[in-house]
Amino acid sequence: MHQMHGAGETGAVQPAIELRGIDKRFGAVHANKEIDLKVEKGTIHGIVGENGAGKSTLMSILYGFYQADAGTIHVDGKLCDIKGSEDAIAVGIGMVHQHFMLVETFSVLENVILGVEGGAVLRDGVDKARVELKRLEREYALDIDPDAIVGDLSVGLQQRVEILKALYRGAEILILDEPTGVLTPQEADHLFRILNTLKEQGKTVVLITHKLREIMAATDNVSVMRQGAMVADRKTAQTSPEELSELMVGRKVLLRLEKGAANPGATVLAVNNLCVDNAQGIHKVKNATFTVRAGEIVGVAGVSGNGQSELLEALGGIRAVCEGSVTLNDQDVTPGKGVDAAELRRRGVAHVPEDRHRMAMVTGFSAKEAAILGYENDPAYQKGPLLDWHAISDATAHMMSEFDVRPDNPDLKAANFSGGNQQKLVLAREIMRDPELLLVGQPTRGVDIGAIEFIHKRIVAMRDAGKAVLLVSVELDEIMSLADRILVMCDGAIIGEVSAAEANERVLGLMMAGVDPNEAKAKAAEGQA
Amino acid sequence: METFELIILLLDATLRTSTPLILAALAGMFSERSGTINLALEGMMLGGAFAAATVAFYAGNPWVGLLAAIAATIALSLLHGFACITHKGNQVVSGMAINILMSGFTALVGIALFAQGGKTPALDKASRFQPITLPGAEAVKDVPILGPLYFELISGHNILVYIAFLAVPAAWWVMYRTRFGLRLRAVGENPGAVDTAGISVVLMRYRAVVCSGVLVGMSGAYLSTAQGASFLHDMTAGKGYIALAAMVFGKWRPFPALFACLLFGFLDAAATRLQGVVLPGIGEVPVQLVQALPYVLTVILLAGFIGRATPPKALGRAYVKER
Repeated sequence: MHQMHGAGETGAVQPAIELRGIDKRFGAVHANKEIDLKVEKGTIHGIVGENGAGKSTLMSILYGFYQADAGTIHVDGKLCDIKGSEDAIAVGIGMVHQHFMLVETFSVLENVILGVEGGAVLRDGVDKARVELKRLEREYALDIDPDAIVGDLSVGLQQRVEILKALYRGAEILILDEPTGVLTPQEADHLFRILNTLKEQGKTVVLITHKLREIMAATDNVSVMRQGAMVADRKTAQTSPEELSELMVGRKVLLRLEKGAANPGATVLAVNNLCVDNAQGIHKVKNATFTVRAGEIVGVAGVSGNGQSELLEALGGIRAVCEGSVTLNDQDVTPGKGVDAAELRRRGVAHVPEDRHRMAMVTGFSAKEAAILGYENDPAYQKGPLLDWHAISDATAHMMSEFDVRPDNPDLKAANFSGGNQQKLVLAREIMRDPELLLVGQPTRGVDIGAIEFIHKRIVAMRDAGKAVLLVSVELDEIMSLADRILVMCDGAIIGEVSAAEANERVLGLMMAGVDPNEAKAKAAEGQA
Repeated sequence: METFELIILLLDATLRTSTPLILAALAGMFSERSGTINLALEGMMLGGAFAAATVAFYAGNPWVGLLAAIAATIALSLLHGFACITHKGNQVVSGMAINILMSGFTALVGIALFAQGGKTPALDKASRFQPITLPGAEAVKDVPILGPLYFELISGHNILVYIAFLAVPAAWWVMYRTRFGLRLRAVGENPGAVDTAGISVVLMRYRAVVCSGVLVGMSGAYLSTAQGASFLHDMTAGKGYIALAAMVFGKWRPFPALFACLLFGFLDAAATRLQGVVLPGIGEVPVQLVQALPYVLTVILLAGFIGRATPPKALGRAYVKER
């Protein structure tokens, strides 16, 4: 398995990976344009770029998941023909995918040996694997119970299994695709410590991310991709987040959102003791009590899957509640009791669901059809018993110009817009109804930096117009820069509330892991001292 | 003593009626554990039964018939695989298509060859699998309790019955103790994990459906050359579906599936025994009701008892590399 020995013995140290002129098209999409990339041995190399910039495609080519149309791959100075994952593994490349490639019903050990079982009968290989796994765990401080069932492990530990899998296969080069998307800040810190240990042991790490903070904190070198092309290579020490974001987007971007102090008015939304069950009858939201006032943005932070989605769906009227009440401007609107999503909309609640493709739009629709979804009964869109397509087209064009949706063609299929433009269209549809309350989930998931800036500005503009906003996001940066007050959810319960002023990543991270707010603040202060 | 004899006879019949179910349920397990729904068990069983009866008739040897059955069901499995794995077609539709195809095809060829309304000619003794008397069975025959237990229940079945019962631990061993089994289970749970481990998902799934074909072929041969003595039109009468139900009821595991098959087999055997029996207070049970019992129970068990069974995660989904 180890074919990477002694690269340095022949004189100059060869780069661990060198890509020359990699080109890849998917139909009309030119995903990678003549990419050149050098990754030095024993470094952590970051690759940044917006969604759809071609980072994942490039790494998938390197790992043999796709074949490049043109170009060559050199590992350790040697030309490699990587036709499939097995070839990549053979030259010492390991990959930790964004969506883990694990079998959840298997034990850690079974997952690790899958594909390299060492014999037709499992028993022969398993004992050897156990010993080797122990060694790897010690060497890289990757503690894990080899007999635990992977499905029972936390996301952070599952990621560790992925890393172990790669190391067990003798990986000298480890590619991580958006590794921190699902981790708490503490788990992410732990991951970066592991990556540093790997580096110290002489491994090469390629880190794909869109989070500039991680690039600045963890990498030695960074390459920037934009629209399928490699646009810059920098030493991390000699660049800045501002420069990188400008390179990614192709223009100057404000990273820090400028917003004035909130001016909260009367209570718009009051949630009292709300409980929500999922389909299996498990409590997903437990006794949530909070208010949102006019003119403020309340953020709900938490690791994905801790009840935020269910809370938002219940408030949006698409999930029944089992206990508790909800009032809107002092009127009872508890979902389920004669109040559904349509009724809530009539009363001025706009809802931007978390999952754009599943809930916010029909991707097979044209933009103008998508732009009236949920409001198709509005008299402005009617002509007699029929829909007035002229009026709808005009309204869509207006939305598109207001929210800078590109291309501004109301007849284009929704699926053909980029993620950011789809999201802008959805936001336009909801915000331009001038609602009393805006419920918004993951407003910038899968959205590029330029559009993020725009979306954030519009949400703040809503607040400044005296509207109430409830924001659910798993991106801590987003919560911290937008919200005036932050509620933290853990295991379905609202653990506590932090004002924007006293919020920082450590406090929120600890609370997201279930630590009591006061204790979290004390611990965080201690950590800083 | 009479009750004891009755129970022995009932259990003896249970073994015989559950044999085709066990083989077919294991066949379904291999296919479904790899992620391919196999509704085609019914049609494959029918095809296997027809091939076995026809070839055994011409060859005068049940083993040649068995090989023909296996060859036929492997071919059908590959057809199912070609539709579902290579062309990523709808697995339920492909399975149903094979069932409908085989129902008509076996009748058509049967009429063309033998002109007996779709039946195949009755097989003589030499062309059928005969009961085997296990060593020592005659000797202990008259020992009380043990004698009938060994002589009646354990001994005196044809070879396919023994193969079916031995196939269960064998399937368990393959599934849980070998590299092949590990990969097969992995490909049904998360084909992405198998692909990134450098193993071909398509090849793995084809190997699984071929295993499925071998097992269901034996099941078909059992119907027409061991239990019966000829092929009859639609002679499987839903056994493929019942086997599939038993496998689901057994949560896609060999031993629980075995017990489910035994349960269904027992009901079938009991139904035969119950015909014409006068129950106190009820009177004579209508034959139709008794015969419907296994099917009714299948519905009840499937609806009521397996609510929490979790199928292989990738079951029914063709593997497409995501972009």
